[in-house]
Amino acid sequence: MAEAKISMKDVDHVARLSRLTLTDAEKERMRRELDGILTYIDKLRALDTEGVPPTSHAVPMTNVMRDDDPRPSLPQEDMLQNAPDGSGEFFRVPRIIEESGGEVRNGERC
Amino acid sequence: MLTRLTVHELGARFRSGEATPSEATRAYLDRIGALNPKVKAYLTQTADGALAEAAQADARFRSKCPLSLLDGVPVGLKDVFCTRGVETTCGSQILRGFRPPYDATVVARLRAAGAVLLGKLNMDEFAMGSSTENSAFFTTRNPWDLSRVPGGSSGGSAAAVAADLAAATLGTDTGGSIRQPAAFCGTVGLKPTYGRVSRYGLIAFASSLDQVGPFGKDVADTALVLQTIAGHDPLDATSATIPVPDYAAALSQGITGLKVGIPNEYFIEGLDPEVEAAVRGAIATLERLGAEAQSVSLPHTEYGLAAYYVIAPAEASSNLARYDGVKYGLRVPGARDVIDMYSRTRGAGFGAEVKRRVMLGTYALSAGYYDAYYGKAQKVRTLVLRDFQRAFEHVDVIVAPTTPGVAFKLGEREDPLQMYLNDVFTIPVNLAGLPGLSMPAGFTQNGLPIGLQIIGKAFDEATILKVAKAYEAATPWRERKPELEAR
Repeated sequence: MAEAKISMKDVDHVARLSRLTLTDAEKERMRRELDGILTYIDKLRALDTEGVPPTSHAVPMTNVMRDDDPRPSLPQEDMLQNAPDGSGEFFRVPRIIEESGGEVRNGERC
Repeated sequence: MLTRLTVHELGARFRSGEATPSEATRAYLDRIGALNPKVKAYLTQTADGALAEAAQADARFRSKCPLSLLDGVPVGLKDVFCTRGVETTCGSQILRGFRPPYDATVVARLRAAGAVLLGKLNMDEFAMGSSTENSAFFTTRNPWDLSRVPGGSSGGSAAAVAADLAAATLGTDTGGSIRQPAAFCGTVGLKPTYGRVSRYGLIAFASSLDQVGPFGKDVADTALVLQTIAGHDPLDATSATIPVPDYAAALSQGITGLKVGIPNEYFIEGLDPEVEAAVRGAIATLERLGAEAQSVSLPHTEYGLAAYYVIAPAEASSNLARYDGVKYGLRVPGARDVIDMYSRTRGAGFGAEVKRRVMLGTYALSAGYYDAYYGKAQKVRTLVLRDFQRAFEHVDVIVAPTTPGVAFKLGEREDPLQMYLNDVFTIPVNLAGLPGLSMPAGFTQNGLPIGLQIIGKAFDEATILKVAKAYEAATPWRERKPELEAR
């Protein structure tokens, strides 16, 4: 068995970047499975790609411009109807910015 | 039985007055009531809406002014398309209860053509999977053998057409998600060229690969649905402005002198001998019909899968950032701050495969790994694309197996990598942005359908459909139907 490509520390780091809370069991399984997939992906290294340009879209595309004409948008009410915590004309979320010297509210609403 | 008819046959009966859209809709709703508990194709049924839409179609036929050849035809949609006011989950707990405020463009176009919407079809969560086993709700069954998977991610869409639970359906294909389930369920399924069909209102998975396409009971129906949904949409900047040809006109042309490429790299170890025999038989049939077969080489085929499993998860990790518990869907309570709320909501709302791909994509894009994984995969994508460009200098279409094997048993592929390998013949087409179709090319000894894949040049769906129609007309496979009532 080759050296592991991904450590538990990597899993924790990537989970944080991904904004994913994982259980310990999920983390161990994730480490093992990502390791297997990354080992498979490593076959790409065998290919010489020196001087090959990258492809981001198979069908060539440049910026698509349209006329700057205002058009009606969907009603605000419709766009808020699916919000798990809508309030009037707002989406309500737990506090984001800590007040200086103050306490962060424990997000009891959410 | 109205549910056995193709869209074209059904439309003819509507026009002659032998049947009405309401009768057809009721026949489908009855059949769904009887057989959906076995097949489990539908996540959401819209019976009331369907009957109301059918009644309006009845009136149009009574006054002899139907909207189109799809008017009054009962159809189903993969649950990846936004449908105004109708729950749209994408197979995920995180979107449970989401009722979109608008219709996807393809849905709007089907409605404008008069189609009747029967409901929303099961899929792997966020279209990530090859079996529907990744649906957060349940696994759809293969109508030919209920102990087997229908394929995926558009498994519900394929199973519904195969089991006559819809006259036609829409799915999406990012790495094979239309063609592979079409192969497993013995239907026709077409992944159009990237840009051919609008993706406005399609819940995004991997934006440089995703494409919308139809499933049909035969080639002509598939062409008709494509005709209805194809074309530029100002709401989707990636939709192409290239004019849409008359696909029905292409169907009647023969294939004499047409050059068919057979890619050496698709006939490899691991290919099921019964699949190989059926595909070789199909090539012989095409030659008998006047086509000229020749070998072509797509040397980077074996690297396509690895490149895809960097590119698609990378794009998915970005696209799925929007599921944050704020605007729609699930929110997990009790978080200490907003980041904690995001993380807990996503941890609870996403299934194992979605988490795996978000993690894989985030890893591949993270500092220190970007060039080694994402940059490398994009260069390999260029090599895969060039393979096809070279081959298409010599041939009009490429014909190959859709999948290395036939439908597998539920629970048989637990290892994610084994599941991914199932898509080895479909993924290169997505990387290259090309159109590809799967259609029945026979059955195994055990009675399971075998898929034939026909790959075309960019925006040349017409030639694919022409070849498919010629093959269909020369073979008996379309006549065979799964026997569901007897079980």
